[in-house]
Amino acid sequence: MIRADSRPNSSASLHAAEPLLRVTGLCKQFVQRRNFSRQQFSVNAFEDVNLQLFRGRTLALVGESGAGKSTLAHCIALLERPSEGTIALDGTDLLALDTKGLFPIRRRIQLIFQDPASALNPQLTACEIIAEPLAIQNVSTKKERHERALQLMDQVGLEPAAAQKQPFEFSGGQRQRLAIARALALEPDVLILDESLSALDALNRDLILQLLADLQAVRSLAYLYVSHDLRLVSQFADEVVVMYQGRIVEQKKTRELFARPAHFHTRELLATVHSVESILLERSA
Amino acid sequence: MRYFARRLAHAVLLLLGISVFSFALLQLAPGDFFSSLQLNPQISSRTVEALRSQYGLDKPLPVRYGSWLHSVLKGDLGTSFAYNSPVAPLLALRARNTLLLTGTATLLAWLLAIPLGIWSAAHRGEWGDRVGGVMTSTLLIVPELVLFLALLLLAVRTGWFPTGGMISAEFNDLNFWSKVKDLANHLLLPSLGLALATLPPLVRHIRSAMIEVLDSPFIRAARAHGIAEGRVLLRYALPVAANPLISLFGFSIATMLSAGLLVEVILSWPGIGPLLVDAILAKDTYIVVGTVMLSSVFLVAGNFFADMLLFAADPRIRME
Repeated sequence: MIRADSRPNSSASLHAAEPLLRVTGLCKQFVQRRNFSRQQFSVNAFEDVNLQLFRGRTLALVGESGAGKSTLAHCIALLERPSEGTIALDGTDLLALDTKGLFPIRRRIQLIFQDPASALNPQLTACEIIAEPLAIQNVSTKKERHERALQLMDQVGLEPAAAQKQPFEFSGGQRQRLAIARALALEPDVLILDESLSALDALNRDLILQLLADLQAVRSLAYLYVSHDLRLVSQFADEVVVMYQGRIVEQKKTRELFARPAHFHTRELLATVHSVESILLERSA
Repeated sequence: MRYFARRLAHAVLLLLGISVFSFALLQLAPGDFFSSLQLNPQISSRTVEALRSQYGLDKPLPVRYGSWLHSVLKGDLGTSFAYNSPVAPLLALRARNTLLLTGTATLLAWLLAIPLGIWSAAHRGEWGDRVGGVMTSTLLIVPELVLFLALLLLAVRTGWFPTGGMISAEFNDLNFWSKVKDLANHLLLPSLGLALATLPPLVRHIRSAMIEVLDSPFIRAARAHGIAEGRVLLRYALPVAANPLISLFGFSIATMLSAGLLVEVILSWPGIGPLLVDAILAKDTYIVVGTVMLSSVFLVAGNFFADMLLFAADPRIRME
């Protein structure tokens, strides 16, 4: 298992480089109108979010349910439009681009969802699912896409013999591998994992964590890992951002956060991990 | 294959059950076809009795049911008292007309409902969708009877459409294309009425099925890959949303048949509707049973067809 503190690159050299993705002053407001009246009310999913993602590093986004993590992830994946702020990839402001301008950018940022069962088109075969983003982006010929899909299946540890199976014939862990293969097909720079491991059992989770770590080492992918599970975060992330009620309340290196949590919400989150651990220790004793 | 065999066996049992039930129900109604003859002082009660025994009405119910089943196997479905001829050929002609009407209406309803449903799902919450919602709700609460009478009024007032029947009087003298045009002209109003009567639930179901699929993560994933909106709707969402819609197709046939009877009577379409109404009033038992059975066969066949479509469309059903 890879631990955050066993990673190469010391944290000092980390921030010297230019960030791959820089999010500044990002806000998302949902405005709703009541039926039969002009009264409007708005909900802030998150406000004034500043983040930096670096090549080959993992940034974790933690917080309780409803803290705005997933909405933020979807905004960064360009699935929803933020109300304010900028998202810059290699210095290009993505929110200034129109649909056509965004099209070539989309392949560089990919998202992996929490529930792999609903994230895969139930009507396609495994091979078609992986080749689908390539087809959408008009990359190479059909035959080449098929071959690429088979390679990717092999890479994420799926038998190429299963290429013609449909999603419902795979187990949960296999489906998540399929989703990862699909996200990798476009060779993205940024991979957003939206609670992507929480629907899996412990063994599959560890295997997929290992797979993600290996992929990161080979392709120097930047991960944005959205989770409420601090235990996984401690194994996986270089840096942690804590969100509370739509705001970032703490942002530190993983080790430092675990050693010296400043915000009371971080301490609360850490306390739950510790209480689970103490229960497990008591049981084993 | 076993799936179909099981479905077929279900269908046969269901039809048998319906026939027993409708026989028993008709028995519960007082009097029979010849009761009205008894009121005529010129006809002796002996003559009426002779007629009853000629048509087997003096025998107990199970015996009559048995001989009816026998006639079903022979293919004539019993004898009509009023027409004094086997029921099957009488029904066949009417059934053809009803099939023409309901088939056209089904096609029309789905051709309207699918684009409308997809469009309002894609524009959910916008004013167009809201207007559509109000329109389908309005159509839903207007009783079919009122809708058909309004169409009849339209035909009478404007003179744009024939007010009834299936063909014009001079139909036989027309050439082929004029015949088609004449038939289409007569068909338009009843099939439009029938389509409008079945449309609202179809549009609503298609809309909600599409919305459910459009919200699912795999569509979001496709959007993250940069897919075009039209392709999302037609290539990704619609095939996945099709499953519940195929079952809905089976159900829509039931609505179609019941509304069909009404539209046939009001706009005098020579289908099984007017035949059934006359037969019920005259207590022409075997025509009633035959018509009920025919409607049931249409319904069962429609659902069987929907099941087969579902079987072809969804690999998960094939695996069972």
